[in-house]
Amino acid sequence: MKIVYNGENDGAFKDTLGATIAGLLEADKDVVYLDADLMSCIGTAKCVKSHPDRAINCGIAEANMAGIAAGLSAAGLKPIMHTFGPFASRRCYDQIFLSGGYAGNSVTVIGTDPGVCAAFNGGTHMPFEDMALYRAIPGAYVFDVTDTVVLEDILTQCKDIPGIKYIRVGRKSYKKMYEKGSTFTVGKGITVKEEGKDCAIIACGLMVAKAVEAAEILAKDGIRVTVIDMFTVKPLDEELVLKAASETGALVTAENHNKIGGLYSAVSELLAGKAPTPIEYVAIEDEFGEVGPQDYLEQRFDLTAEHIVRKVKAAIARKK
Amino acid sequence: MLSSDKRKELQKFALQIRIGAVEAFKARGFGHVGGSLSIADALAVLYGDIMKVDPANPKWEDRDKLVCSKGHAGPAIYAALALKGFFPYEDLKTLNQPGTRFPSHCDRNKTPGIDMTTGSLGQGTSQAVGLAMGDKIKGRKCRTFLIVGDGESNEGQVWEAAMFTAAKKVNNLVWLIDYNKKQLDGYTEDIMDMGDMRAKFEAFGFEALSIDGNDLEQLYDALTKEAGDKPIAVILNTVKGKGVQEVEDTVSNHSMTMTEEVYDRWLSELRAELEALG
Repeated sequence: MKIVYNGENDGAFKDTLGATIAGLLEADKDVVYLDADLMSCIGTAKCVKSHPDRAINCGIAEANMAGIAAGLSAAGLKPIMHTFGPFASRRCYDQIFLSGGYAGNSVTVIGTDPGVCAAFNGGTHMPFEDMALYRAIPGAYVFDVTDTVVLEDILTQCKDIPGIKYIRVGRKSYKKMYEKGSTFTVGKGITVKEEGKDCAIIACGLMVAKAVEAAEILAKDGIRVTVIDMFTVKPLDEELVLKAASETGALVTAENHNKIGGLYSAVSELLAGKAPTPIEYVAIEDEFGEVGPQDYLEQRFDLTAEHIVRKVKAAIARKK
Repeated sequence: MLSSDKRKELQKFALQIRIGAVEAFKARGFGHVGGSLSIADALAVLYGDIMKVDPANPKWEDRDKLVCSKGHAGPAIYAALALKGFFPYEDLKTLNQPGTRFPSHCDRNKTPGIDMTTGSLGQGTSQAVGLAMGDKIKGRKCRTFLIVGDGESNEGQVWEAAMFTAAKKVNNLVWLIDYNKKQLDGYTEDIMDMGDMRAKFEAFGFEALSIDGNDLEQLYDALTKEAGDKPIAVILNTVKGKGVQEVEDTVSNHSMTMTEEVYDRWLSELRAELEALG
């Protein structure tokens, strides 16, 4: 796995979504793609023309879409459904939970515009709790993707993984992180920067590149940190977290999500049971979202490299 | 049109389904009596004649499927499946016992022959749409029958699924609305009046029929009807608790807890009717 991070923007997620979904429909006749009137937002409207029987616009009715996806799975198909994050989680949660998970059906759910990425759509469209909801479904998978390379590979893997899979991903771009064509393993995080043993930052999604940036700032002060990309929030790479905890003795998590129920929770739950370690977090402080440009919102909610730097120093200060 | 022999056979089957369900309730002492009895005649026609199923191969892909979205009618379906030979009849008496394969609400992962997990009202509708659409995509020539409660139709999801069924012409799916006029807290008219269900389904784009849902002849005619572009919805005007006078006469008959003596009285009534049929 080659890290190609250089601070530059990656391609737009929506282009990768459009191309990957079209490719999966073409490659596997059991794939059915469902959307709730948001195909034009991820470049998949063309799929209705190319695969009219398997690219289905369900209209603005997410609960029904989730139930249909479950029924399609029961008929032996591989449903992939998309809508914005809040509608892919809160709006159809009981249907995903019962018609999907409890009933033993397999559905891949893509929730776009996680957290502050909802920007100008504002608080109604800004999910800070989607990972918490999906983590609470027994056996479900939760991925907060890092870049388009992770997205393409994980989405392709998901179609053949039994159970409920939730992929949260922006529509615009994050920073470029991995070499094109890289492959990833469910349940295995990636050490993207291994500078030293002062602290480890465990980040996901939007925050991975910011963690790398923070590590570079810290290095100038002589603080050496390791950065882990935990795109696989569930199943969590427990081995990698425990290794980082034992090697550094201080951890910081960073996520574009409420501090309740997401990556910070997952890592804390593990550490509390197996290796109590000083841990700090960068996450939403249990607040609702609001409207604004994404860079404003990142400042407003402290989702910045500078804030990660502060939290790393706080974590190190707590070491015995 | 039903032959007289077939009618008698289905009459018997409907009584046996009621007996099986009551035996299950008796073994546990309580259960969803009213809604299990109201749907017994429709189940008799479906499993007794209409549906292609294979008890030796419950997961046969080309089978017709049944989604009972009012999942609490499970005991009536379990009885029909037991009588068809999907599992031993005696197993019905494990209803809701620890570790049972027969929970209050239908579970596709537990009971052979149950095609969908239901119970959280409204959810079976969309699942049935997905199943039927999946069969179409797979090129299977089979139908899915969806049973929806009238109280259940308070749920918005039911109407999302109805809208979709008609708009996308999912005509291998047949909707059956068990309009037994009651829900847990009382009469539907008082709780949430559903009004003219036939007109509602017609307005949603269905070919909607309204029949006596406890009349085997009318059920048979409706369920043998071939759908055109428009999917078929059949409003079953039924009586909640149908077939056991004492239950029919009880206003609050959604879930009932009774003594063994009472269940025995009901069973004697049903068995006497069965015997009278010869």
